[in-house]
Amino acid sequence: MKNSTYAACVVASAFMFATPVLADATAEGIAKYREALAEGNPAELWEMRGEELWKEARGPKKATLEKCDLGQGPGVVKGVFVTLPRHFADTGRVQDLESRLLTCMETLQGIPADEVAKTPFGKGEQKNIEALVAWISAESRGMKFNLPMAHPEEKRMYEIGKRAFNYRGGTHDFGCVTCHGEDGKRIRLQDLPNLTKGPDAARGFGSWPAYRVSSGELWSMQRRLNDCFRQQRFPYPMYGSDVTVALSSYLGVTANGTVESIAPAIKR
Amino acid sequence: MAGPMRIRAASNGTETEVKILMSHDMETGQRKDASGALVPAHHITELTATHNGRVVLAAQFGPAVSKNPYLQFKFAGGAKGDKVNVSWVDNKGDKRTDEVVVA
Ligand code: HEC
Repeated sequence: MKNSTYAACVVASAFMFATPVLADATAEGIAKYREALAEGNPAELWEMRGEELWKEARGPKKATLEKCDLGQGPGVVKGVFVTLPRHFADTGRVQDLESRLLTCMETLQGIPADEVAKTPFGKGEQKNIEALVAWISAESRGMKFNLPMAHPEEKRMYEIGKRAFNYRGGTHDFGCVTCHGEDGKRIRLQDLPNLTKGPDAARGFGSWPAYRVSSGELWSMQRRLNDCFRQQRFPYPMYGSDVTVALSSYLGVTANGTVESIAPAIKR
Repeated sequence: MAGPMRIRAASNGTETEVKILMSHDMETGQRKDASGALVPAHHITELTATHNGRVVLAAQFGPAVSKNPYLQFKFAGGAKGDKVNVSWVDNKGDKRTDEVVVA
């Protein structure tokens, strides 16, 4: 009756804290924790939904997103994530994945972009965007960033992003650079990536969208940036606004050619 | 209402490894919402996995299991092309069953 032998090992993901003594031990502990989680990254549940949503006729126009051009031609999804933000001739704008999805949802499906942009994260159409970005980013897993910089608007957005990154202000005189401008910095036991340098920028930028274990939610890059504006004590930026796209252009171009994208990753 | 599970099952000839991701809120019943009211418990209570119709794993789940749970286990036997079925039921009577072909 060897066939009726039951489960040998059962692993259920639970949230655990250790009391770290040394910074190295902490980093090691977190790395192990991430490794254990990566196997069963619930972001996959969003990926599955995203792939279905792409092919589902929705909105007032009852259309799918299959003709959406994310930069490599209508309907091409493989590899696009690592080339965004980029300039789009039809809108005359540099767009990141999410602002581009708003364009596609509006033009193809008739879902008003400004309404989606005003919807709180995790609600209504924003929930659908989370699923879409999870799937679309997964279709570039293992690829290196390769954002184009040929168009003058792409160069301009990169420069604006760089300035915004280094711009300090507010109650604490913080800029992105305060928390993400040096190697080996930590805050609340979290390692802070130095986003001004290639490999770290790729690891940081190429992890989002990500599943956040602490909240059980999938966060898009826009949401990640939104939360960093909060940590910086700046007003929340508008969803898909130029400053958020410019910051992504800066981070993406800095990441170009270094480390492979692992998005959608899993984060604490 | 619950979304589909993501199930993988792979046989190495002698045993089959099954990996399951479930989409579930797994509310503990201990949390309070913004207005201070208790969020009612809502979690999976039982999970059953079958191989070609025979039960290979029966588990009881409670509020200590995380949101969107991940479960991994092995059973002896199983071959490529066989079917593995996973079902769960929660404390509100919601159910979900998904099937995968062993790779
Ligand atoms: C007050 C400190 C602080 C400021 C200012 C700040 N961040 Fe962050 N940032 C964090 C923390 C903390 C994390 C999360 C690290 C973690 O949980 O591993 C983070 C994470 C990130 C990540 C993801 C990195 C990764 O490895 O997953 C990116 C990208 C990022 N921030 C960009 C920015 C940008 C762009 C700005 C400026 C608009 C900014 N941050 C401002 C503290 C800050």
